[in-house]
Amino acid sequence: MRKFFGFIVMLIFVLAMVACGADDSDEEQFDGNDSGEETDDSQETEEAAAEGGEGGDLEIFSWWTGAGEEDGLNALIELFEEQHPDIAVENAAVAGGAGTNAKAVLATRMQGNDPPSTFQVHAGEELNQSWVAADKMEPLNDFYEEEELMDKFPEELIDMVSQDGDIYSVPVNIHRGNVIFYNMSVFEENGLEPPTTFDEFLDVAEKLDEAGVTPLALGDKEAWTATQIFENVLLGSLGPEDYQALWNGDISFDDERVVEAAETFKQMLGYVNEDHASRNWQDSAQLVSEGEAAMINMGDWAKGYFSNDLDMEVNEDFGYFAFPETTDEFMVISDTFGLPSGVENEEEVKEFLSVLGSVEGQDTFNPLKGSIPARVDADESKYDEYGVDTIEDFREATLAPSLAHGSAASEGYLTKANQAVNIFVTQGDVERLLESLETAMAEE
Amino acid sequence: MAENIKRKKRISSDQWVALAFLAPSILLIAVFVYGFIGWTGYVSFSNWNTLTPDFSFAGLSNYLYLFSDFRFQADLRNTLFFTLFFIGAVIILGLGIAILIEKNLKGESLFRNIFLFPMALSFVVTGVVWQWLLNPSTGFNHFLKWFGIQPLWYTDTNILAGFQWGAIEFGVPVAIIAVVIAAVWQMTGFSLAMYLAGLRGIPDELREAARVDGASERQVYRKVVIPMMMPITVSVVIIMAHISLKIFDLVYAMTGSGANFVTDVPGVYMFETTFRGNYYAQGAAIAIIMLLLVAIFIVPYLWYNRKGDN
Repeated sequence: MRKFFGFIVMLIFVLAMVACGADDSDEEQFDGNDSGEETDDSQETEEAAAEGGEGGDLEIFSWWTGAGEEDGLNALIELFEEQHPDIAVENAAVAGGAGTNAKAVLATRMQGNDPPSTFQVHAGEELNQSWVAADKMEPLNDFYEEEELMDKFPEELIDMVSQDGDIYSVPVNIHRGNVIFYNMSVFEENGLEPPTTFDEFLDVAEKLDEAGVTPLALGDKEAWTATQIFENVLLGSLGPEDYQALWNGDISFDDERVVEAAETFKQMLGYVNEDHASRNWQDSAQLVSEGEAAMINMGDWAKGYFSNDLDMEVNEDFGYFAFPETTDEFMVISDTFGLPSGVENEEEVKEFLSVLGSVEGQDTFNPLKGSIPARVDADESKYDEYGVDTIEDFREATLAPSLAHGSAASEGYLTKANQAVNIFVTQGDVERLLESLETAMAEE
Repeated sequence: MAENIKRKKRISSDQWVALAFLAPSILLIAVFVYGFIGWTGYVSFSNWNTLTPDFSFAGLSNYLYLFSDFRFQADLRNTLFFTLFFIGAVIILGLGIAILIEKNLKGESLFRNIFLFPMALSFVVTGVVWQWLLNPSTGFNHFLKWFGIQPLWYTDTNILAGFQWGAIEFGVPVAIIAVVIAAVWQMTGFSLAMYLAGLRGIPDELREAARVDGASERQVYRKVVIPMMMPITVSVVIIMAHISLKIFDLVYAMTGSGANFVTDVPGVYMFETTFRGNYYAQGAAIAIIMLLLVAIFIVPYLWYNRKGDN
């Protein structure tokens, strides 16, 4: 009896040891709620948030903890507090994993019916297929009417934050995804001009390769950087309308232009640095600044990295051009904030959204963050050379939603697409890539 | 007779006290470990693969999906070879260094501390450090270029002795060796400490007896000392296996999934598919499979220990 009892105790002990794991960060496999390494941080944030929520504070949830973006957010909060001294604001940002940790915490809170007052979400399917589909957001049509915002944002952008005629969030900033940054002195030494078509691009790449420079820097330790190149090739090859139709399921992945795009993508991958799998996007941007590589395709947050972190002058040390064959298009990545269902201080949240959507709010936030305003009537004088240029493009170009940043398709589809692209980068099997993308689309 | 009853009563009151002390932890473990294992199992049979919970019964579909999935097949392959190499290296190095240290009594505590020190670090730190040491364009390759070799370490996508099997190429992924090196660096100290304790436990008389019988020093180790290390080896295998089968932080910090998923492991896949892709049921299925894999090692061990008790 005693031995049996002892055995039971030991069994419990050993299994507990196994289940809890030798390391803390293994825990999430069993409780399904933690967000990995940032566990402690996020829990603290959550607790603080829960306490704050009861007092009727305005809790702003985001993953803006990096250098420029945090400054932007703090400036925005300061502006809000100036205008509304009676409302206490709490910055509930969760760091880590390019938003992954924040999204995991957000998912837990939303499912537990404890939403933050308002939260950061990318325009497009990340908003629509996740929170709107789960019936967790309040429509903001009346708010848009009251604030007269309907004609202040491009129509295509409002479409991206709408579902069935209801608008669900307010865009605060715009980043462009179809930009190639390049090292100007490398281009000069080799007598090259920025390419505008795929053929020109491959031609330039070939010349750089012969000159012993890596033509295209890639850091796909996280697969989205490669997915980003592929979506830009797709946009160039299909044009904005059919690009959109592809993600809506109206065009099949058998379409010969899609096959062609995959072939072009494969050719481009032939010109990347050999150690791409060990680098993240910042590490690969360094290759360009050091002159070891000539070009990099990256969203224009890379501009801040080049000019602030790597001390390079725009249009002197590094230049930029639109991804080949997408000069008239704008791959848009927009952070937006909405009104979750079931928050107590709805009016206060709307006050915040009003500041966020105002010219003043957007011009406070965006110059610090290094993005451009989502409003079309913002004050250009507050932005640098690149910003002014991009604001112009944003007004004139056709907008296209980014897959790699969760706007074109659901997070689930994006995860599968990233996996398919990761396999493709090594194997180069066009048929397999398109088949995986098609199968994942059918499962949606 | 009366005495017998009395004794029985006393034992059971002892047990009551023991139970009272154990009750809180048993209760907590029952809820937060077994309860959530049960919950995870339940979710793994559901259709909850979006943000909106959906508990309708999905049968084995999540499991079937995983076993046909390229990434998961690659994960199982990587875990298999990672576990084999990791445990093998930890045992051989741990035992070898323990024997060397034991012979040189003077420096023992110094060497033991040197080898134990990496264990004080978290796997995340180890991962970040070795990420740079084994990076093909920084780290060790600066030295190795004098010898004319430039291994690609964890960015190598080759599969040794590979053949097509299911959706993947089955064989030894070269990249996983870089991860093994980092893990071995960290965990060798642990097996070293265990073997040192074990060597301490062998009475000198035994060795003396062997020597008197004319055994050479080598034979003393081969025929007497090392066979007596068997129970320790079993413990080392169990402990290392449960670390390697669930490894997450080291891989996540050091290499990520790797090109073509050559360094991916089930833990990383589970994290990404659950928290990035919102495939909760699939993530739960991966967790359950990982639990079963660990159980394959642990359950026979418990059985073996229970027999030993009797």
